[in-house]
Amino acid sequence: MKILNCPLNGPRNISEFICFGEVTDMPNPNELSDEQWADYMWMSNNTAGVVREWWCHAATSYWFIVERNTITDEILKTYPANEIFKERVEF
Amino acid sequence: MPLGLLKYGFASKYPARRDIPAPKDLNKSYDVVIIGAGGHGLSTAYHLARYHGITNVAVLDKGYIGGGNTARNTAVVRSNYISPEAVAFYKASVELFKNLANELGYNQMYSQRGQLTLAHSDASVRTFTLRAEVNKHLGVRSEMVDRKQIREIVPCLNMGKNMRFPIQAGLWHRDGGTARHDSIAWGYAMRAAQMGVEIHQRTEVTGVNINAGKVTAIETNRGTIQCNHAIQAVAGMSSVVAKMAGIQLPIRSYPLQAMVTQPVKPFLDPLVSSAGLHAYVSQTARGEIVIGGGSDPYELYSTRSTLDLKESLIAHTLELFPFFAELKLLRQWAGITDMTPDYSPIMGESPVKNYWLDAGWGTWGFKATPISGKCMAETIAQEKTAAMIQPFHLDRFKTFKLSNEAGATAASH
Repeated sequence: MKILNCPLNGPRNISEFICFGEVTDMPNPNELSDEQWADYMWMSNNTAGVVREWWCHAATSYWFIVERNTITDEILKTYPANEIFKERVEF
Repeated sequence: MPLGLLKYGFASKYPARRDIPAPKDLNKSYDVVIIGAGGHGLSTAYHLARYHGITNVAVLDKGYIGGGNTARNTAVVRSNYISPEAVAFYKASVELFKNLANELGYNQMYSQRGQLTLAHSDASVRTFTLRAEVNKHLGVRSEMVDRKQIREIVPCLNMGKNMRFPIQAGLWHRDGGTARHDSIAWGYAMRAAQMGVEIHQRTEVTGVNINAGKVTAIETNRGTIQCNHAIQAVAGMSSVVAKMAGIQLPIRSYPLQAMVTQPVKPFLDPLVSSAGLHAYVSQTARGEIVIGGGSDPYELYSTRSTLDLKESLIAHTLELFPFFAELKLLRQWAGITDMTPDYSPIMGESPVKNYWLDAGWGTWGFKATPISGKCMAETIAQEKTAAMIQPFHLDRFKTFKLSNEAGATAASH
């Protein structure tokens, strides 16, 4: 069983976590064309390599950031979201 | 008699059959370059040569023929989808499968034994009823069956009421079946090569050259080749290859794990799958039980299997067939499924002129091998997306005209 190191709960079984996809900037929908908005909705980098993603520990509803390699299936780094989000994001 | 056979075997009059010619150098240019020598790429090459007279074609593969997802799928052929465009598309594929061994002169071991999909919830019963009606309307043989009929179709199925999710009803699809997946690729490869198509294995595409919005050449580890048209048919690597042409796709890639057991005497005629348990089971002509499941929970390009996924897949399968606990597993593997948001493929035109897409094949690619090759060949020959695959155009995501396919194996029903 694969172990993921949760910044809040320590090493836990990976089946306790949910992956929510790559960390991206959310654009302001009022400033985008329909096409740009559709791109934001559907398109994916689907990177073969190192990605930075949102993950959530389901049992404690704790959201954090995971850096992992999608080719080798290695978890490289996990850390709290406030390391990259220094201030509150309004949307 | 044995000596006679030996004489026959060594006679120069009866040389050993070579399926494809020995490798040779790449030409400077081709009319069409097909990236990916899997079922789809080779089917496209065959249809281009046979029906459109386009034989100056190179099929490139970084590995070997049919070594990707063509070899990793669980070889299910069916057409009981839910959206009318998909039902029409896969129905046409089943029709081609029926005659494929005759057309190619290569045994595909196609066996139309019917497929039974089990419903364990009211929600599944509702969508299955809709699927059965859509299918009947479009001339596909699907019908709802109750528990008594299920018992007649598959007597060895666990129909106990003490299951965690007892079987409520089923979708019985008489047109469902299976075929030998490797021989599909090899059959197309052999006949395409005989008509002049070149198949270059161990030739990795490293770049796509574009000039004024049109594809001009394909770079490979064996040199650059000019081309009028290029098509990518690289299930499992669609996003990576499309990026070389500067195209972003709405695809997320997940592994899907499967396995086979040791061979046993024939006892399971139809293919059985379960919507609620995310497991599907069939017995091959050799007697092995093929077991496939749902996709992994997070995006990955690694095809290494995981114990927890395999364990849960086995647990689900044992719910349906408890006596499988006596069987030993022979092999297990994973393939990479290119999942699209609407569970439909992405086919036809791309933002780059003369660069054609055959992508987004998720868990539904093998069964579409003949028809996608036919449609993609027509598309390239006419330089216009074929009518049948128009609903699967990449632009549907711009206009939010998605082709929602809840009949796909991976879709939650």
